[in-house]
Amino acid sequence: NFQKEEMAKGSSYEDAIAGLKKLLSEKADLEGVAAAKIKQLTAELEATAANKFNPVQRIEAGFAHFKKEKYEKYPALFGELSKGQSPKFLVFACSDSRVCPSHVLDFQPGEAFMVRNIANMVPAYDQTKHSGVGAAIEYAVLHLKVENIVVIGHSLCGGIKGLMSIAEDGSTTSEFIENWVKICMSAKNKVKAEFDGLDFVEQCKNCEKEAVNVSLGNLLTYPFVREGALKKTLSLKGGHYDFVHGVFELWNLDFGITSV
Amino acid sequence: MAKGSSYEDAIAGLKKLLSEKGDLEGVAAAKIKQLTAELEATAANKFNPVQRIEAGFAHFKKEKYEKYPALFGELSKGQSPKFLVFACSDSRVCPSHVLDFQPGEAFMTKHSGVGAAIEYAVLHLKVENIVVIGHSLCGGIKGLMSIPEDGSTASEFIENWVKICMSAKNKVKAEFHSLDFAEQCKNCEKEAVNVSLGNLLTYPFVREGALKKTLSLKGGHYDFVHGVFELWNLDFGITS
Repeated sequence: NFQKEEMAKGSSYEDAIAGLKKLLSEKADLEGVAAAKIKQLTAELEATAANKFNPVQRIEAGFAHFKKEKYEKYPALFGELSKGQSPKFLVFACSDSRVCPSHVLDFQPGEAFMVRNIANMVPAYDQTKHSGVGAAIEYAVLHLKVENIVVIGHSLCGGIKGLMSIAEDGSTTSEFIENWVKICMSAKNKVKAEFDGLDFVEQCKNCEKEAVNVSLGNLLTYPFVREGALKKTLSLKGGHYDFVHGVFELWNLDFGITSV
Repeated sequence: MAKGSSYEDAIAGLKKLLSEKGDLEGVAAAKIKQLTAELEATAANKFNPVQRIEAGFAHFKKEKYEKYPALFGELSKGQSPKFLVFACSDSRVCPSHVLDFQPGEAFMTKHSGVGAAIEYAVLHLKVENIVVIGHSLCGGIKGLMSIPEDGSTASEFIENWVKICMSAKNKVKAEFHSLDFAEQCKNCEKEAVNVSLGNLLTYPFVREGALKKTLSLKGGHYDFVHGVFELWNLDFGITS
């Protein structure tokens, strides 16, 4: 089928040229006009090709900019970083192209070890199902010894909207997305119960923040996180970036055991 | 309480000494003032994560968010990134810096939720390019290369995660067995990118996009020791 499509494309152009040639052989006086129109068409196609997004150029230009404006301007910093990293933060942020903490919180190279997934979720400890997240947390906490874990949600999150849109009977239509966002199903349940009077958009906004709290709770199911939180070598914080209003909220998760 | 009594004890001890040797009061006072100043400086230098985050956002808001209202106005309505990027969680290699990706340009996945991210990026956002970027001195790749011959692991998660690219390690050990460990790791960083590119094709919607040429797959490697970025294509097609 792919092959037939390619052949059809080629013959469609040949057919068009053949049709034009036939017309001009019958009406030679149209040749001048035809030539001008073909030239114009060619110029338009060239312009379209020129404007067409070139991903290789974009990537090469991006790296050149970084190399000139950062890498070569701060040799001491990059020299140190080439030997190792000692970030103070492990950050969970959404994969959304608009919310990278390197921009939103101005984290520079070396400052934050980052995990990014749909709706910035932290699943509970599961060595089989969620080894990716577990590996990132294990590496950040036990090897890099980060001092702060921050889970950052954001406005108009597609993943949270997807969670809030899952049908009542729990049926899903996606291959991965809905099963992933179900990690924070308890946040949806809480929001639907507490904020049933609000419209869907407001419920989603509340769910964005509640899901952060569910993720913070899930962090504590990792023994090395729990231990760090109890010993106060690790602080757990939640955040929410609202890019509609230009606002960033930050809050602590307090966790401790005290005698009565 | 133990902390409190340790301080109280120390003060009590000093008071007792000064009550017996009054001539030491002046020296003690000077030393206490110096100690207080040193403690203040330490407290001032102690990293304050809340301040760091608040200052970071304030900088972003002033230098980007408020300077480019048209861009952020558009972004508040939706995103249409041209790239889905896979990058390491390493704090030194964020593509927002290394490739200067601005808000809205790249949907980024680091370390988890892979299937959902690919599905969302390809089917919903309709990105045109998927780029998998490895980097120099990658701790995860080093961990992979360090797994013992018998496959036993010592970590709870890390080694089982990096085993995803075990075939890259096997290939490198076979082809480059004469190179030293560091050179083998560097080769594995790039080979693992290729294994990941191949794994991308196991997602039917990625495979379809690659065949129809609506999706391009690329591999990359950022070497921060030498300041070099390599980029390459994965070509995939079916011809008679």
